[in-house]
Amino acid sequence: MLSISALHANAGDKPILKGISLTVNPGEVHAIMGPNGSGKSTLAQVIAGHPGYEVTGGSITYMNQDLLELDPEERAQQGVFLAFQYPVEIPGVTNAYFLRSAYNEIRKAKGEEEVDPMEFLDLMEKKLKLVDMDPAMLHRSVNAGFSGGEKKRNEILQMAVLEPKLAILDETDSGLDIDALRIVADGVNALKRPDNATIVVTHYQRLLNYIVPDFVHVLAGGKIVKSGGKELALELEQRGYEWVMDAA
Amino acid sequence: MQTSMQTYTDAFAAASASGGSAPAWLTGLRRRAHDEFVATGFPTTRNEDWHFTSVTPIAERTFKTPKVGTGAASVTDALALAAGESGWPRAVFVNGRFDSALSALGALGKDIRVATLPDALTEGPDWVANHLGSLAAFDKQAFTAFNTAFVNDGLVVRVPKNVKAPAPLHIIHVADASAAGCVIHPRLLVVVDANAELAIVESFVSTGSAEYLTNAVAEVRIGEGARVHHYKVQRESAEAFHVGTLQAHQSRGSLFHSFSYATGAALSRTNIYTKLAGEGAEARLNGLYLVDGTQHVDHQTFVEHIAPNCSSRELYKGILDGASHGVFNGKVFVDPEAQKTDGKQTNHALLLSPQARVDTKPQLEIFADDVKCTHGATVGRLDAIALFYMKSRGIGADAARALLTYAFAAEVLETVEIDSLKDALEAIAFQRFTNQVQR
Repeated sequence: MLSISALHANAGDKPILKGISLTVNPGEVHAIMGPNGSGKSTLAQVIAGHPGYEVTGGSITYMNQDLLELDPEERAQQGVFLAFQYPVEIPGVTNAYFLRSAYNEIRKAKGEEEVDPMEFLDLMEKKLKLVDMDPAMLHRSVNAGFSGGEKKRNEILQMAVLEPKLAILDETDSGLDIDALRIVADGVNALKRPDNATIVVTHYQRLLNYIVPDFVHVLAGGKIVKSGGKELALELEQRGYEWVMDAA
Repeated sequence: MQTSMQTYTDAFAAASASGGSAPAWLTGLRRRAHDEFVATGFPTTRNEDWHFTSVTPIAERTFKTPKVGTGAASVTDALALAAGESGWPRAVFVNGRFDSALSALGALGKDIRVATLPDALTEGPDWVANHLGSLAAFDKQAFTAFNTAFVNDGLVVRVPKNVKAPAPLHIIHVADASAAGCVIHPRLLVVVDANAELAIVESFVSTGSAEYLTNAVAEVRIGEGARVHHYKVQRESAEAFHVGTLQAHQSRGSLFHSFSYATGAALSRTNIYTKLAGEGAEARLNGLYLVDGTQHVDHQTFVEHIAPNCSSRELYKGILDGASHGVFNGKVFVDPEAQKTDGKQTNHALLLSPQARVDTKPQLEIFADDVKCTHGATVGRLDAIALFYMKSRGIGADAARALLTYAFAAEVLETVEIDSLKDALEAIAFQRFTNQVQR
């Protein structure tokens, strides 16, 4: 599904990613862990097409296409979804309008009919339950005045509505208490299917108790320095990151 | 400029000679206004109030008086262009002249008096004499003097005490092709007595692309506990010039709510002035302007806090594309008597192109010690991260820009209390953003 090869990317003149290679197949859950500043979030954002980073080398192939040739909206229309570490507030645009616009754009890209506001509200009823959100949230401006937990749940709600093939969760656990963490994780797990894949970017092992990864990769200094199974996450939790970095 | 002034003086002499039936006080008012206009002349950018707005394009032209009865606008034109409901009572002026065939005032009910200025002069000359020109001072105010010198047609509205208007009064000023090269001087006099309420939607529209000057003056006297809402919708032709001054006077416990929506004209200036003369009065002044190309749009507000315990709230937003230029000048004066004044002024501009420009000048003159007055202004561009966020959800670049631009405007459009008008203004705005991003 996704094949990253020798990826290099800069923020301004500063190299952040220095040769990342990673393959993700349908049905898999990959965890990307690493200390602060290792490039985890940069990798997530480069996959989504963030304009603040410049790819200086390597390639990303997604569903047999050159992903780097696609605009961010084209990537989304083809099933790439990034749950933001810092979801953006958009005062003046309601959640309902925003979600329906996104949903219809993605349907259009798939050659499906757009849905009207009433049909959309019916659909939303189920999706809201998945993340235990109050329907009143639909009529509030996107993320404006939301608590940290509400923002993260709103990201998962968007994911539930847009049903991506490749979901990337960027530090979705940060700032969540244990109850919110469970709700978010349950939502993600409920959306898991044999034909989609998830990349979980996290600093801590905690989230991986709930979203169990097939593979764990440790990112440090812009490179993947170690890969393993889910037990690697537990080892990192106990021993910290230094031993991996020293070994690398 | 000398020649244009001479032409206006000649036109004034001709109008005075033909208008034999006017009462002496009115000819005197016009004469004083004419003399003031000639003595003051059009303002230059050395005048502090016009520092960012050059009216040279107006001063260097000579605008004619429109010929009577040349208007060819239909009611369909007028209603399609003006943002309002067809069922609202309406007064339609075509090229500055009241058009009784296009107007329909019945829905306002029998308690509310609406008349043209000539009819009002016949029915109640003393009442008109007491009010006309009593608020809109023309001392050193060239455009108000210009209007007053030529005051002829216009609308007079009186709402007696305790009467609440059942629907908004829609005043539609239409300029058609025969307005080309002309100056139109709309005049509005509104007196709302104690505890009465009235909403006015005043639309300035054009059926074509003629170059003309609209020079409007409105006087609004608001009695104790009365509430007046004034929505100004300025959608003049792209070649037109528009100067409009509204002067309100508020008694104790009254509300004046003004909303100025400006998208038209090559050069426009809207003055919204109110005097909070009675204790506990409230002024809410809001506005939204959308301009592109080489349009110039200027808003000046002046809130005079004369009495204690009054509040004023101002929120103006501008969206500027192309090489357009926006100006906001907000003056707040607090008299030594106006203790416990609560004033807040906010002004935000969104620049959609690198060539667009905005100048903001808040002016606070506070002479009382126990007051709360704040002002804030921002000039920004569309947030790149918010655009990326929307795109990352599949929303295309153009739609994302339009949605964010709309979101910027939404806060101030929310202050429009008439739902159908809000929807209409939203639709006009949204269409404009969409067109903008398509270019």
